[in-house]
Amino acid sequence: MTVLSDSASRTPPLGVSSLNGKSGSGGGGALVRRLRTSAPVLPFLSYVILVLGVPTVAIINYAFRSNSGHFTWQNIHTILSGGQFRTGFETSLKLALVTAIIPGILGTFIAYAISTSSHAPFKRISAATSGVLAQFGGVNLAFMFIASFGFVGVATKWLNAIGVDPWSHGFDLYKFWGVAFVYMYFQIPLMVLIITPAFAGLHPAWREAAENLGASRWRYWRHVGIPVLTPAILGSMFLLFGSGFSAYATAEALTTGTISITPIQIGSILQGNVIAGENNIAYALAFAMIVILLITVVGYVLLRRRTSRWLR
Amino acid sequence: MASLELGTLVADPSTIDQPFRADVPVTRRRRQIRWGRGVILVLAAAYFIVPFYAAMAFSLQKPTGGFSLTPLSQIASAPGFISALWLSTQMAVITMAGVMLLMVPTVIYVHLRMPRFRRVMEVITILPIIIPPIAYATGVLESAPAWLRSSQYLLAIVYVILAMPYVYRSLDSGLGALDLKTLVEASRSLGSGWISTIWRVLVPNLRSALMSASVLTIALVFGEFTIANVDNWTTLPVWIYNAPTTDNPRITTLVAMVALLATCVVLTLIVTLDRSQSRNSRRS
Amino acid sequence: MALATDSLTTIGSDSQSLGGAPVVFDNLTRRFGATTALDRLSLDIAPGELVALLGPSGCGKTTALRVLAGFDRPDNGRVLVDGKDVSHVPAQRRDMGMVFQSYSLFPNMNARDNVAFGLQIRHQRASQRRAKASELLDLVGLADHVTKYPHQLSGGQQQRVALARALAIEPRVLLLDEPLSALDAKVRAELRDQIRALQQRLAITTVFVTHDQEEAMSMADRVCVMLQGRVEQVATPSVLYSQPATPFVGQFVGVSSRVAVTRHGDHVEVLGREVPIRGDLNAVPAGELEALLRPEDLNVVVNPSGLGVVTHRSFLGATTRIGVGIAGANLRVDVRSTHADDLELGTRVDVSVNARDVLVTTPRPTN
Repeated sequence: MTVLSDSASRTPPLGVSSLNGKSGSGGGGALVRRLRTSAPVLPFLSYVILVLGVPTVAIINYAFRSNSGHFTWQNIHTILSGGQFRTGFETSLKLALVTAIIPGILGTFIAYAISTSSHAPFKRISAATSGVLAQFGGVNLAFMFIASFGFVGVATKWLNAIGVDPWSHGFDLYKFWGVAFVYMYFQIPLMVLIITPAFAGLHPAWREAAENLGASRWRYWRHVGIPVLTPAILGSMFLLFGSGFSAYATAEALTTGTISITPIQIGSILQGNVIAGENNIAYALAFAMIVILLITVVGYVLLRRRTSRWLR
Repeated sequence: MASLELGTLVADPSTIDQPFRADVPVTRRRRQIRWGRGVILVLAAAYFIVPFYAAMAFSLQKPTGGFSLTPLSQIASAPGFISALWLSTQMAVITMAGVMLLMVPTVIYVHLRMPRFRRVMEVITILPIIIPPIAYATGVLESAPAWLRSSQYLLAIVYVILAMPYVYRSLDSGLGALDLKTLVEASRSLGSGWISTIWRVLVPNLRSALMSASVLTIALVFGEFTIANVDNWTTLPVWIYNAPTTDNPRITTLVAMVALLATCVVLTLIVTLDRSQSRNSRRS
Repeated sequence: MALATDSLTTIGSDSQSLGGAPVVFDNLTRRFGATTALDRLSLDIAPGELVALLGPSGCGKTTALRVLAGFDRPDNGRVLVDGKDVSHVPAQRRDMGMVFQSYSLFPNMNARDNVAFGLQIRHQRASQRRAKASELLDLVGLADHVTKYPHQLSGGQQQRVALARALAIEPRVLLLDEPLSALDAKVRAELRDQIRALQQRLAITTVFVTHDQEEAMSMADRVCVMLQGRVEQVATPSVLYSQPATPFVGQFVGVSSRVAVTRHGDHVEVLGREVPIRGDLNAVPAGELEALLRPEDLNVVVNPSGLGVVTHRSFLGATTRIGVGIAGANLRVDVRSTHADDLELGTRVDVSVNARDVLVTTPRPTN
């Protein structure tokens, strides 16, 4: 706070400082000014670099070290060349894809249904609930589903009572589709949370202008509504992909580590559940995940830029 | 310049989408929309309520049939529960203080003086959502100095990073709704310094954003499992995870459900009360 | 930004043979809960005429336009276009071009695709509709911005694209919903003249909603002043200004000072002058009335023993507006700025008026 109060009072208004050097001879002066303008964000930046950046760099560093500490491509090569790690990676990608697309679509419809409601308290309660559910992952979520849809779960019993037995029809809460089913519980609210502003940005005048020009409801959606929303929906799905790809605790608690997805493999290596000496393989796996996640962030940011231009 | 052929521009009724039906009133279409919305919302509600309700039923069912609330009273006496709850509470308080001190001045400053930096902030605050927590947890343990590695405060330090996305988004939208520049200039021109401007002018106006950010932060700390587990601290979720093998699974499930319900109720209350208050003040 | 007059002429001559459609609001009533937005509103609009709906916010002008567009339904009454009842025709089959207040351009389409949208809906061939769209953009002076997206255009440019888009479908009626209110003053004046010129060339029936009386007066053939869902007066701008039919119109249109006066038989006394009450004497209540005085109709003369005192002055350019306190009333008087030097604050003055310039009305309760 003191940093902010000290430098902010001395800082010239943004208009001047952002000229960065164009105004006159003193290029060094402009640099100083610019540094001074950005000084108040330094605590934040340092914190992020220390607590988020350094561990990430450490992961990347170990990914390229052999057990004796030399630089090597071996770890990466081990992952890519097939075997359980490659399969795990592919399962992870598949899981992330499934839990991005299905909740993405369902969440879009739900967000639309909520945002067209004229009942204001309902909207607020939905928003608050989505916020909570979107981060209700992990152990608690897993236990809830075990208690309800597990083999002897209460909801399973209800279904049996009306003559439906999901478990004897191929449903297994502890396998791929079961995990995907549970992930939807936080992925759908996450989608609702991030796509709702896009619906709010869908200006009613567009609908009326289209109608006025002769377009039916369907054609309004086809030519205007859907194209306008597409970048926002896709961008949000990228985020869902990232969230589903990196989720660990839910799958761990649900399957007690029996599903072979990359985060669980990393966890079991690092917690010594498998042969020692493979730690750097775990870091290589983490590095591979970070690469995938960076790609999704770039996709998200690019699509978001377009969205913010369209939906003001 | 070619002239417009107006004849072809005039709408030919046969080419218009649907035949004109004077007998279909607009209200019927509206009703169809409402129906579709109702079906979507009911299905969604079912997906979200059924597992919750079933899990509640699971933990409150008596072996003889019927329900009983006695498991609720057994929670406190479950071995290890109190210390896990206390640890999680400490972490929640420290994390809240840390994330607010770090984010509130920064986000306000960025809105005021460095609007271009908002894009960078947005990307930075996305990272904690998607970085694989298991990888991040081990990365932290590998890089933290030894004295910090053995301290429980390392958890809070890391949770500040994890809470940033929610806090940033709340603050960003809260500030976007204010005419920040005018508020600050008015306050400054009336002679108040920066700290009192933030504390006496901006924070009250950001109350609802700060409240929901706090609730989400608390919910996050009370739900975080991966890092606490890797770091060997028995926070509430770690306790829940380890308990059922040794103890009654009904109670641990109940704790999970009560925590979820409490967060939902508190956040909904904050949001609703806050709105009704602001509406009253506008009216008067 | 001059209009491309050659293509304008072609359009004009073609469409004049088509003629605009007459529009009739017949006894429209629309309630929203407890408020009545339209209260038995009736209005006839001639083919090719530009009628402005003018009034304070909440007077029902926008509701009237939305009912005409088909976005809203009246609880009672009919809307006739070209003699046919369109009350039950959905908006998308009414063939009315509408220009909205702002942000109505489709953000995912460039200017040309926006303009061509209505033609696409009408299944015109791509090449044909692109050519037509380009031509309409040319017409509104945006030939250089055909492939730009809405976020790349200024507010004024966006509204011109919206106008081109509305005109592209050859609408039977053009609807303008405060299209200029989001623009800054200079662009507004420019676009005002452009819209009026185009509308007259195309002879297209136009309904224009605005809360800005200057806009309404300068553009419209006739202005319809509305209050609480009812028509107060429909008249040409000059009649509206000089012969307001109701006290509200007198006060709402133009600037005037209000003076309380007492009726003496067939006249009242204003500033020491007998002013006859016009019209049906039986319709005017006895006792307290109100006189409306336009600032440009009053004359001020410096007189050390005069009854008035200059209390206020503000420079408006060619004229200076003087506030005069006289016999408990405050009058606003416009004098030429070159003659205003000796009217310092506190100067004693006499104020006079011509009897024929005074409007006598019943006082309107102030809320």
